[in-house]
Amino acid sequence: MPGPKKGATRRTFLAGAAVVSVLPLGAARATPEAMAAAIKEVVGDKPIREGRVTLDIPPLSENGNAVPLTVSVDSPMTEGDFIRAIHVFNEKNPQPHVLDARLGPQNGKASISTRIKLGDSQKIVAIAETSKGEFFSASADVIVTLAACVEDLT
Amino acid sequence: MTNVLINAPKAAKKGEVIELKALILHPMESGFRPGTNGTIIPRNIIERVVATWNGKEIFRMDFSPAIAANPFVSFFAVAAESGKIAFRWTGDEGFAVEESVAIDVA
Repeated sequence: MPGPKKGATRRTFLAGAAVVSVLPLGAARATPEAMAAAIKEVVGDKPIREGRVTLDIPPLSENGNAVPLTVSVDSPMTEGDFIRAIHVFNEKNPQPHVLDARLGPQNGKASISTRIKLGDSQKIVAIAETSKGEFFSASADVIVTLAACVEDLT
Repeated sequence: MTNVLINAPKAAKKGEVIELKALILHPMESGFRPGTNGTIIPRNIIERVVATWNGKEIFRMDFSPAIAANPFVSFFAVAAESGKIAFRWTGDEGFAVEESVAIDVA
């Protein structure tokens, strides 16, 4: 009975190979669900409103290794009304978190800039937390032609 | 001393909102990339930068592997008093660098 047995092993091998080849991909990517979960961790059950936040990122990036990002929030930044934190999330990098910044009235202006890596064309979400515990958000879609994290250039 | 660039005005009026920029040389290795031998290069990133003005914290930012190599950060601050603005970066593998600039507030 070598025929059927051989067929069975090949089938098991193929099934195993399929699992192995799919698993790393699944593990190495954040997903929109992972981003939603990461946002929920920060925001909890509070509502997130659109507006007040400006997310400035180029819509098309040639190089995903360093994409300039500026998040500004419309706020008087006084003792009684200021932005406490700015969080940035992404959909398709290996992890959903990008950055968490802590601000206060001493900053005078709720605006931060940095450069980020993007592993794929995706949506970026910025969320601002006010001193009153409200959350505001803005999002932007970015197209990346050369993705970050692909190979070791050194 | 090494590998840090801080851009801040030398002098400011009291109450003026000034921009502070800081750049530090660091590979920000994400821990997701395979090296030339096919194995993953271990993660080595800066996890946090904290800025203080005369010892009082004015800003902090937690980084993730998604921050680009040679992390740059810019933010604003109200000029309150003359003194020292210090930046402290900490991260993986015991990375800790502190650098400061003096500012004159009139």
